[in-house]
Amino acid sequence: MRRFNATPASGPDRIRDTPLSESTFVGAGIGAALGGLRPVVDVMTVNFSLLALDQIVNNAATIRHMSGGQFSIPLIVRMATGAGRQVGAQHSHSLEGWYAHIPAITVLTPATVTDAKGMLLAALNEPDPVFIFEHAFLYALDGELDEAAFSVDLSHAAVRKPGHDVSLITFGGSLWKTLEAATRLAEDGIDAEVLDLRVLRPLDMPTILVSVRKTHRAVVIDEGWRTGSFAAEVSAQIMEGAFYDLDAPVARVCSVEVPIPYPKHLEDAALPQVAGIVQAVHAVVGKR
Amino acid sequence: MPNLVDHDHSLELLRQMLRIRRFEEKSAELYSGGKIRGFLHLANGEEAISVGAIPALAPDDAIVATYREHGHALVRGTPMRALMAELYGKSTGCARGRGGSMHFFDASRRFYGGLAIVAGGLPVAVGLALADHLSHRSRVSACFFGDGAVAEGEFHESLNLAALWKLPVLFLCENNLYAMGTALARHQSQIDIARKADAYAIPADAVDGMDVLAVESATQRAVDVVRAGQGPFLLEYRTYRFRAHSMYDAELYRTKEEVERWKQRDPVRLLSEGLRAQGVLTDAVLDKLETAIADEIADAVTFAEASPWEPVEDLTKDVYTPGKV
Ligand SMILES: Cc1ncc(C[n+]2csc(CCOP(=O)(O)OP(=O)(O)O)c2C)c(N)n1
Ligand SMILES: [Mg+2]
Repeated sequence: MRRFNATPASGPDRIRDTPLSESTFVGAGIGAALGGLRPVVDVMTVNFSLLALDQIVNNAATIRHMSGGQFSIPLIVRMATGAGRQVGAQHSHSLEGWYAHIPAITVLTPATVTDAKGMLLAALNEPDPVFIFEHAFLYALDGELDEAAFSVDLSHAAVRKPGHDVSLITFGGSLWKTLEAATRLAEDGIDAEVLDLRVLRPLDMPTILVSVRKTHRAVVIDEGWRTGSFAAEVSAQIMEGAFYDLDAPVARVCSVEVPIPYPKHLEDAALPQVAGIVQAVHAVVGKR
Repeated sequence: MPNLVDHDHSLELLRQMLRIRRFEEKSAELYSGGKIRGFLHLANGEEAISVGAIPALAPDDAIVATYREHGHALVRGTPMRALMAELYGKSTGCARGRGGSMHFFDASRRFYGGLAIVAGGLPVAVGLALADHLSHRSRVSACFFGDGAVAEGEFHESLNLAALWKLPVLFLCENNLYAMGTALARHQSQIDIARKADAYAIPADAVDGMDVLAVESATQRAVDVVRAGQGPFLLEYRTYRFRAHSMYDAELYRTKEEVERWKQRDPVRLLSEGLRAQGVLTDAVLDKLETAIADEIADAVTFAEASPWEPVEDLTKDVYTPGKV
């Protein structure tokens, strides 16, 4: 997955370098969208999007409903997210789960090359604000670009690996760790199904429930901190929708609740890892 | 060259600049070797600022700096061993290794970071100054930030609040003409940063940031104003970074000629030439300085190499103050 390269052919009017003014350039994106444009705002990383939270939460996410449906905001905001590059606590946030808390916006977490391109293209047709979170770890990945990239849907989770014994539910950068865990689990005779949520809001609960009703077990993997994590929401909704289908409590693999430290051994220990996912699955599957 | 009458003092300024230059050159080498990871922002070309400015502060004044703060911590007096160990991420580092290059901290020297969100340090400096003001302490809180930070609301809000409440904050802008790849004129409508202080009725000055003696005297004047209780001061240092923003960038935003032009004004070179012209600096003197610095760096690397990692069991230590939960 490579960061999208805007070509100068589009012209300096249309691709603008901005000052370090996150609140204002996101707010200006909202205004430009209200004014009839279709802006794509790149705030670099989720860490810096915190300076723009007021514009996002109070304006982007309210104006359509609050105006009685008179105004729409067709705005796209892109940013990198996630930890794992030893850049310390202020540059390692995974806050897409926070954003998914906010009604009136769409939250996308592409995890494949095809989704990285396809979701951006599809988002250009959305009438309301779309937030795209690209895990920084994914930029170094290579992958085949599917022709489907030109028509990816923005409403469904994807089964990345079918299986029967347990549902591993994840998104973004954690997808690849989860797939690796599934491979290791196969060696232990456990056939895991891997679900890539792709869209955190609106959440495709039906796909999750179909999977859980089949496997009767679920582990949610999420790089956010455990308390109030997106994994907590998925887990709650599984409990609400499939409690009697479960053979074991839903388990979560999340980040340890600390600011992410710089040294590799501590950062690794703070984040979800393949071994931890495998271990969590064994604990869940063991409870037959 | 300005007045170099106090030769010992001038040599000490040269030594400090060289110390930072060589420390950071070693860091770059260690980064290439994988010993240092993450982001590494070097202040190559900007050393005259920390060397000239920080000694103008008293030991109990506060400093808030950015991710480009290695020189600031060195001049402030944090031992090189603790800084090198921090770059390694070792438990003997000045932040137990948890922060790394961008997050140096040293409570004993009132060094409040190493903060890496652009402009995030300015409000913190205002608050430190508020605490002093309310406690009737005549201390100064100095805040370093780049030209890029001037575009953030926090810059404007901090200047206004500090002026409104007459707080002892020294706003120190390290204007190296670029915020990553964005040239000053591409991000500021008014490129004369010092003039922005007018809008908040704050006294300001701009000084040649490549001339360590000019930095020193301008900072001393600014500190005097702030310490006298007349409220904040904005000082702009006009400088240039010779290397990439972080370890690597394509540098498509500037020409090699521009960099070469600025290297003619390398602060180390400017001071060295001045001192040589006066016969104060000879090859022998320089050799002695360089050897002592090389020894100090070698010792810091040995120390960092030999230092232990923080045990994984301590991962959640210091999330809260002990005894609270
Ligand atoms: C709020 C925020 N936005 C973006 C970044 C990413 N970033 C890190 S340094 C930097 C450039 C800052 O330039 P300047 O303030 O001039 O300092 P310099 O690096 O030149 O010393 C940017 C954009 C950040 N750290 N914080
Ligand atoms: Mg700059």
